[in-house]
Parts: sequence; structure tokens; C-alpha cells
Amino acid sequence: MGAGHGGPLGSAYVARDTVVHRLPAHVALVAVVAFALVVVATPVRAAWAPAYAGYAVLVLGAAALARVPAGRLLRGLAVELPFVVFALLLPVVARGPRVEVLGLSLSESGLLAAGGLLAKATLSVLAATVLAATTTPQDLVRGMQRLRLPAVLVQILSFMVRYADVVAGELRRMRVARESRGFRGRGPGALKVVAGTAGALFVRSYERGERVHLAMLSRGGDGRLPAGPALAVPARTWLTGLALPLSAAALLAAGMLGA
Amino acid sequence: MSTPPSLLVEDLAFAYPDGHQALFGVDLRLERGERVALLGPNGAGKTTLVLHLNGILAGGRGRVSVAGLPVEKRNLPEVRRRVGIVFQDPDDQLFMPTVGEDVAFGPRNLGLPEPEVAARVAAALEQVGMAGSADRPPHHLSFGQRRRVAVATVLSMHPEVLVLDEPSSNLDPAGRRELAEVLTGLPVTMLMVTHDLPYALQLCPRSVVLDGGVVVADGPTREVLADADLLAAHRLELPYGFDPSRA
Ligand SMILES: Nc1ncnc2c1ncn2[C@@H]1O[C@H](COP(=O)(O)OP(=O)(O)OP(=O)(O)O)[C@@H](O)[C@H]1O
Ligand SMILES: [Mg+2]
Repeated sequence: MGAGHGGPLGSAYVARDTVVHRLPAHVALVAVVAFALVVVATPVRAAWAPAYAGYAVLVLGAAALARVPAGRLLRGLAVELPFVVFALLLPVVARGPRVEVLGLSLSESGLLAAGGLLAKATLSVLAATVLAATTTPQDLVRGMQRLRLPAVLVQILSFMVRYADVVAGELRRMRVARESRGFRGRGPGALKVVAGTAGALFVRSYERGERVHLAMLSRGGDGRLPAGPALAVPARTWLTGLALPLSAAALLAAGMLGA
Repeated sequence: MSTPPSLLVEDLAFAYPDGHQALFGVDLRLERGERVALLGPNGAGKTTLVLHLNGILAGGRGRVSVAGLPVEKRNLPEVRRRVGIVFQDPDDQLFMPTVGEDVAFGPRNLGLPEPEVAARVAAALEQVGMAGSADRPPHHLSFGQRRRVAVATVLSMHPEVLVLDEPSSNLDPAGRRELAEVLTGLPVTMLMVTHDLPYALQLCPRSVVLDGGVVVADGPTREVLADADLLAAHRLELPYGFDPSRA
């Protein structure tokens, strides 16, 4: 079936056995969210550049510890591209005092804002990429369940993880069937055919939903997904996991005190 | 008092909400530990009958009871524990993120304590030869493995009756044989819906033929399959070259 670990959703996962991989999913989730919060809370001023550099060392250190290949990190950064475009525009369009760079007149405040935006986005995306590379989608969902995120949200995500492959497979089969009968996907007629496929996919998914519901009822289900036992996490594991955001917070605090 | 039959269906009739009448008075009795094949052409009403056995469908004429317990609204939780249905598409049956959690779904709904749940999961996966796969996501398994895990998801509820809707469909010959080995080893009453007549002969000493919503034959599988006129009248066909008297 789906290529890689977990098909379309699990392709981010890099199977390794490291300290980072062994962290329980909910600990890793808390760590990444806390890290991102610290990064976002850091002021955007030239004097804070060392703090940002420190964060970068921390998150790259975590990536190295988890043995996430550099290529994987770079691919993770691709989601950041829209921000990059926006950030590149900022110095050009922003007002205020101007500086000359390579013959271009750029806004000083715009440059700073762009730098801050890029740094924050890059750091947060790096942390999220490390999380995705070290935790499988099913563990992530379980982690969210443990953190008591709203049950409906967790269920939707859990069904998404489970059925992404099945739906992708259905879509692939429909495309193969279409193309085997000479469909090219161009011209004004194509849109109608693709819309038809989308409609068929919706009906198939809806009917599968009904059958899954029957199967749940047959095993005594009442619409909730019973959770398994939650193994207690020792304080040391929490410390290991939270080392990343705690060090980042320490950098932030040091900067605040120094300022 | 003698033990009640595992499954008793009396004069069951049912029409779908759109008015299509699918069952016209079905009688069926399965003694404890029996293995029975339910045969019949497409549209005969087999799946409709199966969905009555645990009360998913109801509201027509007639009665169903499981080990003496009538299938009615107030008994549904116990009925659904006693009747384990394995649906045709394992992707419909396996909806939890991992195999282990899926097999645990039923026992947890029964409110069993966690150690008991864990023991049942391990035992059920062992029974279908899938021990050691508890942490795998279902979509990483082969089709045959998923079918076997689907069987485990109902075994973990310790059912009185195991009902399988076309268990051998889409399996390769090895997967088909492995499933047969699993099924013959299970100490439960079994009703197996199938179009695979040699499979019925291999696994079930008795066969019931359903067509047009009524039972048209009920007897030893070997005799049912040897009756060429009966098979022809109900669109049942043996594979080319298969002779039930020699199998
Ligand atoms: N939801 C439904 N609404 C209306 N009619 C239905 C519905 N489901 C099934 N039927 C009809 O009821 C009859 C019996 O269907 P059923 O699915 O029980 O047949 P089956 O014996 O399981 O066939 P197959 O071998 O193809 O699985 C068929 O004529 C079918 O068209
Ligand atoms: Mg059917």
C-alpha cells in the first residue's frame, strides 16, 4: 500500500531509536509547543540576535540527537516558503528610515521585522519537523488524547490518520480507471470529469463512514473511542523532553535581565 | 433444561425502508459449536440476515435469539458481545490507529479492567497468528493479515457465535488457507457467508442455501454441493473441475 511509514501522513517520520524518539508523544508535543511559545515571545530587536542564535543551536542539537537527516529538515522548511516571500517584501514596502543595501533603498524597521519573522518561523518549523520526524502520526494523536484535547478533535484526527491511506488508494484507483479509458486531464471537459471523481470519492467515503459506524456498533461502541491505560511518565522523562523549551526559556530570561 | 441453541431465527421477514423486501420468513437454528455455511446468489439476503443477528437491523416480523437471549433493544449490549460479526472489508472493521487498540475496542466497551483487556488482546492476536503485531497500524498490514486481525477484534469479546461475511474474498490462496487454519481451530459456533463453495466444504459440515429471502436448502455441505439441480436453480457454481464427492 502506501509508501514509507504510514502512507501520505506518515511520510515525515524517520524511524530511528534515539532518546528523542523514545520520548512519549505528549511530552514531545508539550516541549515543541513550549519552545515555539518562547521563540514567539522573544522581542524582535537587533540586540536579541544572540538569543535567536542560541535557539537555533538548541533545535539543531535536538535534530542531531534524533539523527534527523539534514535533507528532511530542509524539506520541512518548505512549508515556510510563503512566509519567506512575505518577509522579502517587508523591507521594500515598509515605511520609516531607510538604509542602502547593494544600491537598494530599504526600510530599516522593515528589515528588522522581516528578519524577526523569518527567524521565528524557521525555528518553530524546525522544531515541528523534528517532532514529525520522531513521532508517528498515530502516536501524535494518542499524545493529544493524553493532553485532554477535545475528544471530537482527537477522533477526527485519528480517523484521518487511519483512513488517509484508504482514501488516497481509492483516489488513485479512480485516477487509474479514468486514465485507462483515455482521459487526459486537459481541455474544458476535464473539469467536469474531475468534479465527478470528487463527487464519487465523497459518496464512497460517506458510505465507508456508515459501514465503519456499523462495525463500531457491532462491537458495543457508543461513539466514543476508549483510551488505553496511560502509563505514568517519570519526572526524568519530562525533564529530558522539556530540556529544549527550558533552555530556550533560560536564554529568554537571561536576555530580559541583561536588557 | 437442555442448553438453548447458539442461534435461533424464527420466521424472520424484513423490508428495507425504501420498501424493498429482502427476507420473507427465514428459519435457522445453530446448535452450540456448529459450523454452518450460508450460501446463496448475490442479493439473496445473506448480509441482511447477518445484520439481524446482532440487532443492527430489526423491526420486521419474526424473532432472533442468541443462546436463549432474545435480540431486542434492552438486550443489545449483551447480544453484541455474544455475536461477533466480521465484515467483508477489513478496512471498515479496523478503525483504530493500531492493531492492539482495535482488538481492545470491544473489551473496553464491555468495561473490562485494563489487565483483562490486555490479556484478551494478547490471546486474540495469538489465536489468529498475529501476536507481535499489536503496535502496528492496520494500514501497514497485508490484506490477509488485516482480515485475520478483523477476526481477532471480535474474538477478544469472547463471542458465543462468530459470523463472517465472505471471509475468503480477495484473499490469495495462501491467505485463504491460513485463514481456514485459524477458523477451524476456534471453539465457537460459526456462521460463514460465502460464495466460495470449496471453502464451505472445507470448513463447514452443514450448509444453508438462501435465495430470494427464504431458506431453500439446509443439509450436510457435501450433499448440498452434490445436488447439481439445486445449485443450478440458485446460481451457485462449483469451480471448474471441482468434485465435492472427492474433495
Ligand atoms: N440499504 C438497502 N436499502 C434497500 N435495499 C437494500 C439495501 N441493502 C440491500 N438491499 C437489497 O436487499 C436484497 C438483499 O441484499 P443483501 O445485501 O442482503 O444480499 P446478499 O445476499 O448479501 O448479496 P451479496 O452476495 O451480493 O452480498 C438485495 O435485493 C438488495 O438490493
Ligand atoms: Mg452480502
